[in-house]
Amino acid sequence: MTSTPPPDVAPPRLTVPEPTAGVQGPPATAAQTKISVRGLSFYYGEQQALFDNSLDVPAGSVTAIIGPSGCGKSTHIRVYNRIFELYRDQRASGEVWLDGENVLAPGVDVIELRRRVGMIFQKPTPFPLTVYENLAYGLRLHYRVKGSELDDRIEQALRAAALWDEVKDKLHRSGSALSGGQQQRLCIARAIAVEPEVLLMDEPTSAIDPVATSRIEELVVQLKATYTIVIVTHNMQQAARLSDFTGFFYQGRIIEFGTTTELFTNPKQKQTEDYITGRFG
Amino acid sequence: MVRRAHGRAPLVAEGVFRVVALTCAAFVLVVMAGLFVVLLVRSHLSIHRFGWGFLWSDAWDPVRDHFGAASSIFGTVASTAIAMVIAVPLSLVIALFLVEIAPPRLARELLAGIPSIIYGMWGLFVLAPLMATHVQPAMQKVFGTFPLFSGPPMGIGVLTAGLVLALMVLPFITAVARDVFALVPPVMKEAGYGLGATTWEVTRKVTIGYGMKGLVGGVFLGLGRAIGETMAVTFVIGNDHRIAASLFASGNSIASTLANEFTEASEPVYLSALVELGLILFVVTLVIQVLAQLWLNRLGRLAGNRS
Repeated sequence: MTSTPPPDVAPPRLTVPEPTAGVQGPPATAAQTKISVRGLSFYYGEQQALFDNSLDVPAGSVTAIIGPSGCGKSTHIRVYNRIFELYRDQRASGEVWLDGENVLAPGVDVIELRRRVGMIFQKPTPFPLTVYENLAYGLRLHYRVKGSELDDRIEQALRAAALWDEVKDKLHRSGSALSGGQQQRLCIARAIAVEPEVLLMDEPTSAIDPVATSRIEELVVQLKATYTIVIVTHNMQQAARLSDFTGFFYQGRIIEFGTTTELFTNPKQKQTEDYITGRFG
Repeated sequence: MVRRAHGRAPLVAEGVFRVVALTCAAFVLVVMAGLFVVLLVRSHLSIHRFGWGFLWSDAWDPVRDHFGAASSIFGTVASTAIAMVIAVPLSLVIALFLVEIAPPRLARELLAGIPSIIYGMWGLFVLAPLMATHVQPAMQKVFGTFPLFSGPPMGIGVLTAGLVLALMVLPFITAVARDVFALVPPVMKEAGYGLGATTWEVTRKVTIGYGMKGLVGGVFLGLGRAIGETMAVTFVIGNDHRIAASLFASGNSIASTLANEFTEASEPVYLSALVELGLILFVVTLVIQVLAQLWLNRLGRLAGNRS
């Protein structure tokens, strides 16, 4: 028996490490880290929106991103699944490592990336299809499933999104006939049907009434056992309720990142403190 | 403090506006009803003499005063069908290209602004000879003696009429489809891409699905124009009262028959038969619009379009 402690188990890194310039390969991260962002900058045309963002998203947790409007919260997570690339004038530089693979590297299979990293938007986005077809659409993009297997997987996803009991009799009705909260859970079901590893949620409750919001919040807490969740929110209470880790963004920079408890009870930065105490934003 | 007195003036204006608006709206219906009545009255002679048989008789014999609408109806349906089969998919592709891939500031409605007689002349002097010397012989070579492509390649005929119509309705459908696609909220497309869909997969289900209602509207706009188009068709369809299996054969449409023969119609029955053709066109167009509306309503219930 050796006396040296096993060197490979590092404690989860909760503070932002210094980005190491010019080093090839993924940063040495703890096993629990799902996403490592290093030196991420973002441009809308000439306008720079993110400045040298670096953070680590721990696996199997909820990470909240907070900050005043226009601080780059949404922009930041829209890099993780490269959805920003739909727009010609948007450009990112830096690295986003997902399980040791830089998703911004050329040659990455974007379709597979987006299967692994699902996204939920501010407004519910049910496709103009039935409830059933909304889920089948995503499943058929990635898997060869049909018949009863497809039915089963759709039921599983709807159950996981806590929607099954409400829609099991309306599977073949229009998805947009559901209530706003149900539509948003439909979108969550649609995202988890393709078995992602990460769920990005961009202010998922901002267009939804308080009761439906709390149902979605409960759902988020349930889902973190299975998925790594990054949620952008302008609602600090929501961040405090839901998340294990929180990053505070201001003017495109990450001002502070840490456990939610620490950030809300004992912020290290003056700007964080001002924001969470409601002095600006 | 001086409070602005509203008095009765706004109420009076409101009342006047309501009456004016109502009158204008009613006017449209009155005109339609009037057209229908006039067509009905003027075609009475023909309706009385030929009965329902007018619809399926392909006789057209001004000498013996024996008339039937079948060949005109057939030609109208055939040329319109050819036009729609070609124009609808092409319009969708062009509109998608304009919206999704290359949104240039091109003059896209230009084609729609060309008077139809220009299309007719172009069809007769440019397209028809081209069809006769190159396209139709080539098609016959490929498809052999298939009846649809049999007969002498004359250039003019149902197929050429369909092609000219396709070209004419193309800009209409494209313009509507482009607007429809441009109105699809970006976040809906992002949701599709976010699931790992390709451009084609997003377009097929999300973009087209979201805009279905508007697209059908655009298609029916094109259909409405094609079915009643007179000048361009009259130039190239051949104006022959017959129903042929071959697309290369000449034929006629309701509109082309009307345009050609009104001046020749000396006998009251002849004139009445022509008016009855007009009545048929009127009713068919109306029925298409109603069916389209019913179908759209059903579609709206199924897919829950918000538009």
